[in-house]
Amino acid sequence: MKNKMNNNNVSNDWLFEITPKNKFFSLNLKEVWQYRDLLFLFVKRDVITVYKQTVLGPLWYLIQPLFTSITFTIIFNNVAGISTGSIPPFLFNLAGITVWNYFTACLNGTSDTFKANAAIFGKVYFPRIITPLSVVISNLIKFGIQFLIFIAFYVFYYLQGANLTLNLSVLFFPVLIAVMGILGLGLGMLISSMVTKYRDFSNLLTFGIQLLMYLSAVMYPMELIKDKLPKFGWLVEYNPLAYIIQTSRYMLLNIGEISVLGLIYTFAFTVAIFLIGVLIFNKTEKSFIDTV
Amino acid sequence: MINSKLKKDIILKAENISKQYRLGQVGTGTIAHDLNRWWHHVRGKENPYLKIGDVNDRSTKGNSDYVWALQDINFEVERGEVLGIIGKNGAGKSTLLKILSKVTAPTSGSIKSRGRIASLLEVGTGFNGEMTGRENIYLNGAILGMTKKEITSKLEEIIEFSGCERYIDTPVKRYSSGMTVRLAFAVAAFLEPEILVVDEVLAVGDAEFQKKAIGKMQDISREDGRTVLFVSHNMAAVQSLCTRGIVLQNGIVKFEGVTEEAIQFYLKQSADRFAIREITDRKGTGLVQLSNVSVFGTTREVLPQSGNKFVIEFEFDNPKNIDSDRMKFDFRIDDYAGQRIVWLSTTVVKQGIKGRGKVIRFEIEKLNLNKGTYYVTTHLVVDEELSDWIQNVFSFDVAEGDYYGTGKQVSPSQSKILMDYNIVFV
Repeated sequence: MKNKMNNNNVSNDWLFEITPKNKFFSLNLKEVWQYRDLLFLFVKRDVITVYKQTVLGPLWYLIQPLFTSITFTIIFNNVAGISTGSIPPFLFNLAGITVWNYFTACLNGTSDTFKANAAIFGKVYFPRIITPLSVVISNLIKFGIQFLIFIAFYVFYYLQGANLTLNLSVLFFPVLIAVMGILGLGLGMLISSMVTKYRDFSNLLTFGIQLLMYLSAVMYPMELIKDKLPKFGWLVEYNPLAYIIQTSRYMLLNIGEISVLGLIYTFAFTVAIFLIGVLIFNKTEKSFIDTV
Repeated sequence: MINSKLKKDIILKAENISKQYRLGQVGTGTIAHDLNRWWHHVRGKENPYLKIGDVNDRSTKGNSDYVWALQDINFEVERGEVLGIIGKNGAGKSTLLKILSKVTAPTSGSIKSRGRIASLLEVGTGFNGEMTGRENIYLNGAILGMTKKEITSKLEEIIEFSGCERYIDTPVKRYSSGMTVRLAFAVAAFLEPEILVVDEVLAVGDAEFQKKAIGKMQDISREDGRTVLFVSHNMAAVQSLCTRGIVLQNGIVKFEGVTEEAIQFYLKQSADRFAIREITDRKGTGLVQLSNVSVFGTTREVLPQSGNKFVIEFEFDNPKNIDSDRMKFDFRIDDYAGQRIVWLSTTVVKQGIKGRGKVIRFEIEKLNLNKGTYYVTTHLVVDEELSDWIQNVFSFDVAEGDYYGTGKQVSPSQSKILMDYNIVFV
């Protein structure tokens, strides 16, 4: 403790100071690193407890995407007649849904960070960002399991003789997933901060996510909307999620096309949302306990 | 550690700490305030809502929506000191601890520290019922700021201290509340921050464990030279642990000094008087309504203490001057957990002199409630018709006293009620 005595400014030898305002922007990376074990333990807790007292347990991870894909295949491909080219429609939908699920899981899980953790946050200090980070990571595990199912069906269809080819860009698929996680995290932090004061946002989120799915090219190729609804095509074109879904299908199934401009836009959008999210989140964590 | 006598080794310093809360509910009014505040901010002006605001006094109806929970708190803590922070319910103790443990930010002022602060605000924070005792030790320890390595190196000691060896691999949801507290305290006790903040932990757990916990806290401060800030209603614990005390009243430091004197000051604060008029959550015709309640001990200036005289005085709004003959009044005292302790009524004892139905005073010669916090529910009937019924209308504290005249205490976890008895060996 005394090693700081050579400091010429006496008031500087305080270890830290608690003041009304935070620094304008701080990621607190050093602090997050100090608490890395907590991050790991939160992930472990989420994984252990999520399906306790259910009969099917982790099977729920698989049931949801499979049934959604079946439903989509029946409605959008068989009834509405959307064409997926040479790719089996079920595989097309499964790819979209698996990727989309990761985004919604991140967004949903992080968007009630403050509300759901009010009891802990009200008693102990730790870098609050640990909580949404742990959600994004534990969902990554869930995504991994769901992705295995996708691979299983891919192999199945391949053996059935479907025309499936690999695209080398699949090597960048993890980057795409990371971008998606960061986007979900940023948006979730933004919403969770606003929910602490105005609960309206949590209502907005519930149906907002549903509407967003229709605008994100999950169950149709992006080109389709431009052809059929040229007037509303911009809704999809300005949606960064649509590019992520589209690109992931390009990587996994070698279908559709990649828009470099769209991807640059998506990266920029993600970085911006993430920075704004961190900013607002930091501001909220100082005082939310008084308003939650 | 050798401290120079000339220069005090200040480890923690609070400078003009103030904290403002907004009362009432969040709704459209909040948006208006937010926009106004933002507009002032844009023009570079001061927050308009910082100027208004009442002193934190629950018993009077405030004029504004903002209240100062703490105002201009200044104090210094030396290394190795155990500082007791005492005050009645709502005096601002918990707010102060929340600021110290970085859970919430002060509205103005600053706290400077030369050491890591770890808080023990209500033990068991972050415990997960589905996980085993061992897993929870890790989780809880990490939440409190320990690394996995640190926890592993102390795991054996923690388990031993908690006395839960047999159940350590059982999910915590099967633990009794006492066991959960022991385990949680054990984790916190092996934290190694320079400054430990403790709130109300000793209220739970059995007498043996409390003794162990107090001993551990003494070790922490005396042997390891670490600093403890201790908030409690348990005056015995404050007395035996603390080297210095601060008395908070309505968000202001009213007294600072030797523990003994601080406790005396605390006990002599003016009686609790609660304004009941603005409570809207009540049932009945409202013909006669409770308006104020005072709770006090031997005199109006002394807080209730076990074994001493105890008075609880109810004042009524009685615009029609209804005679006390036509009124039946009763009230119930519950403990902090909602357990019903005792019911007192005008219908079961012989009444004193008839009055005008404005004030009813219950006088108890020798209070036989053990120390703790109690909640009161009142019930008033006029002419066989419910006039005013308010659930959990207010709470009051009973301080530790010498009920048996022997100086011996019985833990509230063993005995909520105290009674006189003779022992005969036959």
